[in-house]
Amino acid sequence: MTQSAPAAAPIGAAPEKQLRPPSYWPFVVPALVVVLAIIIFPWVFTIWMSMNEWKVGSPTTFVGFSNYLRLTSDPRFAEAVGHTLVYTVLSVLLPLVFGTFAAVVFHQKFAGRGFLRGVFIMPMMATPVAIALVWTMMFHPQLGVLNYLLSLVGIPAQLWVFHPATVIPSLVLVETWQWTPLVMLIVLGGLAAIPTEPYESAQIDGASLWQVFRYITLPLIMPFLFIAGMIRMIDAVKSFDIIFAITQGGPGSASETINLYLYSVAFVYYDLGYGSAIAVVFFLLIVALAAVMLYARQRMLWTEIASGA
Amino acid sequence: MTAKQIISRIGLWFAVFVIVSPAILFFLWMASLSLKFEVDNAAYPPVFIPEHFAWKNYADVLASNRFLTYFINSLVVTGSATALALLVGVPAGYGIARMAAHKSAIVILIARITPGLSYLIPLFLLFQWLGLLGTLVPQIIIHLVVTVPIVIWIMIGYFETTPMELEEAALIDGATRWQVFRHVALPIARPGIAVAFILAVIFSWNNFVFGIVLAGRETRTLPVAVYNMISFDQLSWGPLAAAALIVTFPVLLLTVMAQRQIVAGLTAGAVKGG
Repeated sequence: MTQSAPAAAPIGAAPEKQLRPPSYWPFVVPALVVVLAIIIFPWVFTIWMSMNEWKVGSPTTFVGFSNYLRLTSDPRFAEAVGHTLVYTVLSVLLPLVFGTFAAVVFHQKFAGRGFLRGVFIMPMMATPVAIALVWTMMFHPQLGVLNYLLSLVGIPAQLWVFHPATVIPSLVLVETWQWTPLVMLIVLGGLAAIPTEPYESAQIDGASLWQVFRYITLPLIMPFLFIAGMIRMIDAVKSFDIIFAITQGGPGSASETINLYLYSVAFVYYDLGYGSAIAVVFFLLIVALAAVMLYARQRMLWTEIASGA
Repeated sequence: MTAKQIISRIGLWFAVFVIVSPAILFFLWMASLSLKFEVDNAAYPPVFIPEHFAWKNYADVLASNRFLTYFINSLVVTGSATALALLVGVPAGYGIARMAAHKSAIVILIARITPGLSYLIPLFLLFQWLGLLGTLVPQIIIHLVVTVPIVIWIMIGYFETTPMELEEAALIDGATRWQVFRHVALPIARPGIAVAFILAVIFSWNNFVFGIVLAGRETRTLPVAVYNMISFDQLSWGPLAAAALIVTFPVLLLTVMAQRQIVAGLTAGAVKGG
């Protein structure tokens, strides 16, 4: 490394730039072009479209923020926001609970663990449309296997996705079945990082399994649970394939989430300007939810510190 | 082994059974549905293992002349989108890791948060304007939205763990940066590339939302084709389940065979596109 004096550097070059050898740039340029074309350009264009009256087959006119104003008085959008929030909260909490339990089990040593872990993650890797189709058959009120299973334990037959009151819980069931493995994998990574000493001393003190989990494991895997919850939230809000393939937002509009409404507006009614406004608001909503989660986490940390002191 | 150890062993196996059975039972039921004639599929109480297997369901799906077209479409779209993503993403991951340009990861984060549909509106207009609708090109390009972030993200993480010493030695010996990448960094990174490849293939193969908007009758990929089957014959469950299993079978096979790589990749980045 040559110790070049600052004076020798070309005018305007910050010292930081010397630390980053420009010769690595060629490696990044092709990807940069692709990312600009398929990620940045669509974003900029979406924001521009959202300020236009833009329908396929008719001339476009600049309308400023009126598409956004229209959102505030759109009852169908408000309803979709409600559905999305209910769907998301349930689809974050249930996989977190089951995923943590599964991770604790998979953290133990037993024969065939690798293979069974492979089987366990199959739901999240399988093609969503394919599994949605089979779930639709299983939900069938007369011929579906789920109502048969319920009848075995004496529970009356349900209408599952065919009734407005049960459609969202039924879809959450599928989502939970599908995405619990991801939570399990993340928490499993967290468990692997926990030192063994606290467990040894807890064993000496005669702590029960639940006590060990509640007072040692849970606090230590909290950061991982938080990450898992964040990822789950982002995916659940955007959930599309399962809902679209099973109910298409129905019955009526009982399971229409923002993403499904966005699809209808943009690609059924071809109202692209309004659709773009929904896309922008939708993105901001996801960012806002993430911020709320971060804030809650921060608050929790502070109360932990305060109560620990 | 003491009595207590035996009990805890039994408890563990019971817990394992409880956890794995929803996945196992679901896929067994899927297979069962796909191997039954309509009589058995419409029976109540349900038949789990039929007396006669309806292999015909599979034969029918595979023999329909469109299936081959859709299968090739899926292969072309996933193959091209993955190959292109590796081509630009692996060097990019290398460059970003070596420059320690961690802020660039924000773009990938935005890509991760953005709903897939938001890309579709502007790109749909662009493809329409370019006259590309009706070919597979729009789908290949838009699948890059899924594959490129996965590849870049995993490769950044992987190149950050590979040792610098060899690369520095090669540089001192007078190799160019490109030669160092090509002959030193790339061979070491092969396991990381395998992880990126597997995940990119799976998430591109599974993708549905881009296809329903961009695919025409001739350019459907398998997930879209299966979805269209639902609306056409709602009532013949056997062939439908067979088609669903055929579509997802390659992915399931890959998941069980490469579970180690998949677990490594998912825990590193927890990436999923669309």
